[in-house]
This record gives sequence, structure tokens and C-alpha cells, in this order.
Amino acid sequence: MSSQVLSRSQGLKRQKRRKLMIEGVAIVAIAFLLLLLLPAILPEFRLKLLGRFLSLAIVALGIDLIWGFTGLLSLGHGIFFALGGYAFAMHLKMQLPEGEIPDFFTLYGVSELPWFWQPFGSFPFTLIAIFLIPAIVAGLLGYLVFRNRIKGVYFSILTQAALIVFFNFFNGQQKLINGTNGLKTDTEELFGMVVSSSPAQMTFYSLTVFFLVAMYLLCRWLTSGRFGRLLIAIRDDESRVRFSGYNPTGFKVFVFAVSGAIAGIAGALYTVQSGIITPSAMEVPFSIEMVIWVAVGGRATLVGAIFGAVLVNFARTLLSEQFPEVWLFFQGALFLIVVTVLPNGIIGWLRSWGWEKMQHWFGFKSYVVTYPSLETDPQVQQEKEQFEE
Amino acid sequence: MDEKILEIDNLTVSFDGFKALNQLNLSINTGELRVLIGPNGAGKTTLQDVITGKVRPTEGNVYFKGKSLVGYKEHEIARLGIGRKFQTPRIYLNLTVRENLDLACNRNKNLLSTLMGRISSGDKRKVVGLLETIGLTAKADLSANLLSHGEKQRLEIGMLVAQSPELLLVDEPVAGLTDEETENVGSLLLALAESHSILVIEHDMEFVRQIARTVTVLHQGSLLCEGTMEEVQHNPRVIEVYLGETPEIVDS
Repeated sequence: MSSQVLSRSQGLKRQKRRKLMIEGVAIVAIAFLLLLLLPAILPEFRLKLLGRFLSLAIVALGIDLIWGFTGLLSLGHGIFFALGGYAFAMHLKMQLPEGEIPDFFTLYGVSELPWFWQPFGSFPFTLIAIFLIPAIVAGLLGYLVFRNRIKGVYFSILTQAALIVFFNFFNGQQKLINGTNGLKTDTEELFGMVVSSSPAQMTFYSLTVFFLVAMYLLCRWLTSGRFGRLLIAIRDDESRVRFSGYNPTGFKVFVFAVSGAIAGIAGALYTVQSGIITPSAMEVPFSIEMVIWVAVGGRATLVGAIFGAVLVNFARTLLSEQFPEVWLFFQGALFLIVVTVLPNGIIGWLRSWGWEKMQHWFGFKSYVVTYPSLETDPQVQQEKEQFEE
Repeated sequence: MDEKILEIDNLTVSFDGFKALNQLNLSINTGELRVLIGPNGAGKTTLQDVITGKVRPTEGNVYFKGKSLVGYKEHEIARLGIGRKFQTPRIYLNLTVRENLDLACNRNKNLLSTLMGRISSGDKRKVVGLLETIGLTAKADLSANLLSHGEKQRLEIGMLVAQSPELLLVDEPVAGLTDEETENVGSLLLALAESHSILVIEHDMEFVRQIARTVTVLHQGSLLCEGTMEEVQHNPRVIEVYLGETPEIVDS
């Protein structure tokens, strides 16, 4: 009896390994497609757009981690996105001769660099700040919220409230951070290259692809294995997790911080590819859009988050080029359709039964027309195996 | 003292003045299988809430192996060795049966070792053994939401045992089960009673008769009586509580 169990679990293991191999090959193939083929055939303008969409796909991964897997709907990821973007933009603004300060300060009569700008002169510090500052902010916010066992809708409302606080702060502080005008990075230089020049943009594009793959692998690693299963357990029944001897608070704070860090990296990459970061990255609709991308692609699938972000943003560009006024209606309709018809998103639908349906449509596979329970019931199968021996 | 695994000492819990438990005294010996019965609102579930740290007592104390449990959090009490089964099966529906058991049996439940640690072969063997005990070997790799109600109940009991607790608190394990499933759960609990102390809350009298050795009756937050099933059944106060206080009305 137990030897059969072992052989079956070995079969499962082999299947799992094969799936992992296929996934690895697919990742490498897509990365090559994005890095080598598309730059050769797409015009520069389109490639830059794609780069921006791919950096938005990185935030979507972060949202999928916290919402899709752990079940915490964050409406405040704009904070972490913007913090990463501002960190990088501040460094670019500091590329000046000794003693000078960024030009916008003179408009407001500020002659001395605010203290918190100082460390952003250093490139290594900036690189760490891009993910560490959002992670710390997310961790602190998460700790305060989760320690008090605030869940569900209340968590979402709190994250949105935090978003509005951050927006108002960045929007109002002209003397510290140029307020509503934001920080323009286009004309700044990094390592002797103008940020908006094509070689620099190509580098940022390649970095975006690299980070997208890296963040995907990170999320994949986090969500497989015991830790990932525990995240799903927290989503499904948190008090059971507690009574099983786990303290969910630490796990939730950690995942929220990781998710924030991922959003920070995405924000930095997005900023240099769009040439500016303003407080509008912390407007309420933008953070809700992030959630829509994940919902459209499919929660708790990771691939779905990337796919949804690219698809929705591509549709937006296409539609707003043709009919500028229609986009918002379309976005609303898209969200309604997904929620009512495809609650698991596109990838979720494909995984559950869409794939078989498509195979049927194209004539590769016919439907099972008998009552299939006997074929699939493991108890029946086990008895059959024993009988045949 | 040392043979008592659980001691409830003069315990009172009041919610806005309503006393769910009222100066309750109760103790369970190590290795005992105890059944707790009582009409609705007698405080049975509140008692479990207090033992597992979900509710803080207003007065009195709970001792587990001589150590006071007041002030500990739910997960800390679970780590001390008290497992709790809820009234409705609470399992992780989107994980497989095996994964459900594995999460419960993880020995180091802090963040870092859950993230970094590898699943030891000892844990794997323990899970395989548990699957056999709860009779779900064939369905080990099925998602738990495909299980029947009775199988879910057995899985949750299996998850409790995976935590290697010394005391199991089981709340109405056979509510809504068929007769056959009820008997399965009953014999599972009897098998577990050989190596654990168990406190069962139950309404189903047939089931209580199947498993009970000592029965405790709660009424309005206090202990009404304690004894074997026979004694309890013939106790006039118990009959009064269950049938209503004025038997004349029942007659007419």
C-alpha cells in the first residue's frame, strides 16, 4: 500500500520536473524574443512603450504576490512605485558639478540642498534605496495594520488612505521635492549618457526585461514550497493558521514588504523610460488600475499578472490613439466582464478548463461524454491497482 | 497536580455583563478522553476559546500541565501542545490533502525556517503515516475542496495530530455526518485517545455513548454534573435542563 503511494508520488515528481523544464525553456525563449528580436523589428517609440509596460508588469507581480496569493488587496501600491521612481530620479537630478543644486530649487528660493537629498548623490546608495525604502515603508505600514488584525476591506481602505496621505505630501512640498511638477529625468545624464538617448533607453529596456525575469523567478520561488503554501493558507483560513501554531503577522509583513520592494524597482524603471516622475503616480485610479491588470490576467498565477498588465496597457494605447475618449469606458467594461465572466482571469480560465475547450474547438480532443467520476476517483483507481496485482 | 493535563480554576468570562462562563472548575487527567455536553449557550465553545487563547478570561485561570495559559497568544498555545478542531471543518481548501498535513506538521513554524528549510524525510514519513490513519491515502494529492464533509472532518483531525499536541480540543466532530462517517470519526478519536488527551464537545447522544468514558455537563456557564454516561443520563438535574424546567407542561 505505502509503496504504491510512493510510486505515485514519484510519478507526480517526474511530472512536476517536466513542467518546470518547460517553464524554464519558455522563460528563456520569451526573454530572447524581448531582448533580441523585438528591438530589431519595433520602431524606437513602440519599444519604449513596451519597456514601460514591462515595468508595469513588474508591479503587477508584486500585487499578485500580496493579493493573489496572500489575499490582501492593497490599493496603495502607487506609494511604493512612486518611492522607487523618486529615489532614482533624485539621483539623476544630483548629477551636477560640485556645489550646485538641482535647478528647480532656485524657483522656490531654496539655496541649500535638503538633508534627505544628500545620500542620493551616491549611486550604490540609490540602488539600494530603490527597493529598500519602499520595503521599509510597506513593512512599517504592514506591521501596524496586521499586528492589530485588520483584514479584508479595512486593510484595502487603510492602504488607500495611506496613498492619499503620500500623494498630498509629495504634491504639496515644492521646496523639498518640486511638488506637483515632479522630477524630470529626460535631460539628465547617467555615466556620461543622456537618459533619453537611444543607447541609454536600450539599456533601461534590457534592464527591465532582466528584472522582470528576476522578479518572476523570485515570486515563483516564494510561492512554491512550504512558504508559498502557507501564504495560500493565510488567504483561505487565517485563524486555522494561527491555531496550527504559526504567527501570520510576520509572514504578512514580510510579503507586503517584498511586494513593496518589487513595486519600487518597477517605479524606478518606469520613471527613466517615461522621462518624469510626478505625484500623479500616487493618484488613486492608478493603484486601482494595477489591481485590474492582475484581475484580468488571473490572480495567483504570476504569468497572468504580467500578461494582464501588458495586455491592458497595450489595449489602452491602441484605443486611446484611435478614440481618445473611449478608453475609460472600455477599462470599466473590461473589469466588469472579467469579474462576472472570468472570475479567475484569462490565465486562470485557461488553466482550469479553457485549454481543453480550445483543444476541442480546434479538433484536437473530443469531450468526455461519459460520467467521468469512475475514471478519476483515486479511491477507485487504487482499488483497481490492487486488484490487478 | 502532575497527572492533570488541564485544570480550569474558577473561570469566569463575561461579555458586556453576560456571563458565558461562571466560576467554572474542571480538570482533565493526562490520557483521558472527556466528553463535554450541555444545551445551547452553556458555554462549551467559549471554554475552548479561552483555553486556546482566543478569548481572555475575566476571572480565574487555565493551567496546562501546571502552567498558566492566560496571556499567551493563539499560536503560542498551539505550540505548547494544544490542538483545536473547529465545529465546521476548517482546512485549506485550495491545497492538497498532503499539503494541508505538511503545513500542520512543520516543526519550526517561524518565518525563516518555513521559507528556507527543506522538508525533512521524517516529516514526509509522518505525513504518509497520518494519511493512513485518517484513511485518505488514495486522495492525498487531491485538492481539499474535492473532499466530502466527512473526509474534511477527518483531514482536520489529522492536521491536529500532525502538530503533535498533547491535548486535543474537538468541537462537534460529527455534526452533519452520516451514520457510517460518524462511526469512522468515532473510531478515529478512540484510536487517538490511546496517545493523546482529548476533550470532545458533542450533541449527538449516540456518538457520545460510543466514545465516552466520563461525561461533563455544562449549564449556563457552570458545571452541572460529571460522571459516566449512565449516571449523567439518570441525573434528575440533567433531565430537567434538557427537557425544560417545568415537566408538567410537557405532559399536557
